[in-house]
Amino acid sequence: MTAVEETGNESAVLQEYRRALRTWLEKHAPGPVAGLSGEEYLRTAREFQAALHDAGYAGITWPREMGGQGLGQAEQQVFADEAAAYDLPLYPFMIGMGMCGPTVVDLGTAEQQRRYLPPLLRGEEIWCQLFSEPGAGSDVASLQTRAVRDGDRWVVNGQKVWTTNAQFADFGALLARTDPDRPKHAGLTMFVVDMHAPGVTVRPLKDMSGRAPFNEVYFDDVEIPAQDVLGEIGGGWAAAVTMLGHERVSIGGRQRARSNPLEFASLAELARRTGAGRDPVRRDRLAELYAHERALELLNVRMRQEAAAGRSPGARGSVAKLAGALQARRAIEVAGEIAGADAVAWDPGDERAAELALAINSAPASSIAGGTNEIQRSIIGERILGLPKEPQVDRDVPFRDLAVGTRRREGDR
Amino acid sequence: MKLVLDAEQEDLRAAVRKFLADRAPSERVRAVMDGDPGHDPAVWTGLAGLGVLGLVVPEELGGAGAGHVDRSVVAEELGRALTPVPFLASAVLATDALLALDDDGARAELLPRLAAGELVGTVAVAEHGGEWDRTGGDTTAAERDGRWELTGVKTPVLAGDTADVVLVVARTPDGPGWFAVDAGAAGLARTRLTGLDPTRRVARLEFDGTPARRLATADAAAAVDLVADLAAVALAAEQAGLLQRAMELTVDHAKVRVQFGRPIGSYQAVKHGCADMYSAWELAVSVLRHAAWTADHDRAELPVAAALAQTYIGPAAFTTATGMIQYHGGIGYTWEHDAHLFYKRAKSAEQLLGPPSGHRARLADRIGV
Repeated sequence: MTAVEETGNESAVLQEYRRALRTWLEKHAPGPVAGLSGEEYLRTAREFQAALHDAGYAGITWPREMGGQGLGQAEQQVFADEAAAYDLPLYPFMIGMGMCGPTVVDLGTAEQQRRYLPPLLRGEEIWCQLFSEPGAGSDVASLQTRAVRDGDRWVVNGQKVWTTNAQFADFGALLARTDPDRPKHAGLTMFVVDMHAPGVTVRPLKDMSGRAPFNEVYFDDVEIPAQDVLGEIGGGWAAAVTMLGHERVSIGGRQRARSNPLEFASLAELARRTGAGRDPVRRDRLAELYAHERALELLNVRMRQEAAAGRSPGARGSVAKLAGALQARRAIEVAGEIAGADAVAWDPGDERAAELALAINSAPASSIAGGTNEIQRSIIGERILGLPKEPQVDRDVPFRDLAVGTRRREGDR
Repeated sequence: MKLVLDAEQEDLRAAVRKFLADRAPSERVRAVMDGDPGHDPAVWTGLAGLGVLGLVVPEELGGAGAGHVDRSVVAEELGRALTPVPFLASAVLATDALLALDDDGARAELLPRLAAGELVGTVAVAEHGGEWDRTGGDTTAAERDGRWELTGVKTPVLAGDTADVVLVVARTPDGPGWFAVDAGAAGLARTRLTGLDPTRRVARLEFDGTPARRLATADAAAAVDLVADLAAVALAAEQAGLLQRAMELTVDHAKVRVQFGRPIGSYQAVKHGCADMYSAWELAVSVLRHAAWTADHDRAELPVAAALAQTYIGPAAFTTATGMIQYHGGIGYTWEHDAHLFYKRAKSAEQLLGPPSGHRARLADRIGV
């Protein structure tokens, strides 16, 4: 999506905002970050976040009194739009800026907002989100990590998994069970947890691509001060829903990487280079791939224009999320048709082929992470179309009486 | 680009939807499709009264001087309601052809009457299998004593059996040319074809030395391409409207139809199918808004956007109509239920301007694959 396409019916104020941002990005965007080592990448990311903050581009829609810019979705859209032209190192701050920060804005106490928001905006502190567990993936409310009140502190024990960025996070938004006598959604509380606290262990978890972008996190008698409850005690599910709402928007509005080997443009270029583009069947597949990719881009533009006009995307973010995941699968099929054996065996050092293989190995994640395709379809069906929910047998049963994960009810075999 | 409608366009949608709900409900559609002339003259006159037949026609020629986004909104509504009127033939094909050509006389004579619904026009370009042929195909035009005569066969021609004026593309000694033929011209045989879609009539036209009026144009082939692209956009709008209505009716059914003690929409298999229909509609509308916008504001991008619209929306609408029958179960396969009308309209629309593979091939050409 090029910036040009967005400039149609823009107010003079917004056009000026875009011009200033474009000029600033031309001057301050760091060069390519793909080749940097972990440490260098992290340093570059922190410096760039600080620069964004100094220039007034951090927390665009956050309230001014909390360190944000107090602007609207329209400015946020302009930022996403202009930033898409660059390979910006925003990834380490993605969870903090996109999900945890906005939740602190929504639910945090004044003291929490003062403590946590400014360092996040300045790139000094990195956040992660601690929801999923081995036995609580799509069914997040089945989580078993427990927090027990002990005077003016809580003591946490349990395990989290799939925790993006935990390896360098300073804080985490932790969802834990505080009352197993209540039904599963009612007994949860959200905390801000210090990831450097004693008893927190972070172990990298390798994914099927061979990389370790996420982690397992273990809590062993970790102490959390009572004032670090985020939202209400027992109100953890509402807080989680708030955060997941921010997550969907954040994923839906994510800037596209500059070049993805599974994009139409990359595959069409490969087809031209190898001559595969002369084959009518492969041309047909490429055209179809383009059509679906373009349709998704246009949906994103349309939803951003609606958001800028004040209409919240709501659950429709699930449509873009689902379509993106399906597109990744479609792209892999076409990539195989175009690249042939080169997609699966290549000369050592052939970076282009290696990137394609990495993309092939990363694609299944898009159908799972951030809510599986099945969950997205259920969200669309229930929240947008108003279809009846599945019968729920566990909604009103005290959590301690449920069979979750590997736990069995008494008498079950 | 602008992919959201403004308040005026939403008002237009509401007005057309209400008109069609009042005047062309399902029972009326069924009564009309079984009789002659196969379209609804009363609804046609009513649409003319709403001013929606000449939306893209300049005001000085009797139109509304609006644009393709507005026209696509009307086409969406006609597609939703499966309305049997020659909108695509007359308000789209014939109107766009006259606007694309350079014949001021024909424009002044015909466009006001097309916009007013007094005259139904159509365009005859397809031969053998329905693919549009910018060369004139096997239809030839010969000049005799300063008058032109056409010989050849065009099929299928939308509303070809009832149109008052037919704009024909034929081969001349100096390349393709556009011609206007009166319905009553000597040597014109019109055969109504039996169609898959009972809500849209098509015909085969045979020209045998048929007198025709040559229309002035600088580039007849370019005009064919433009008319085809604009038709692709308008047809895509009908298809998007059809998709939306098929989805809504399916969702409504899934909420009330109970099996095994629960509404079938509570089962994931059905719920997820409905979610896929909704997703297809959101994507289709986005593609449609963009295509219509390019028709108004970015003609350089129109060829890609039009091919994209047919590539994406046609198959998506047919898939949804198929799902509509499936999720209605046995009742969905009966004549008395409307699901088959959606199915038939969707399949025939998908083929109307050539098969999906043809649209994908054009798209591939246009995006440089």
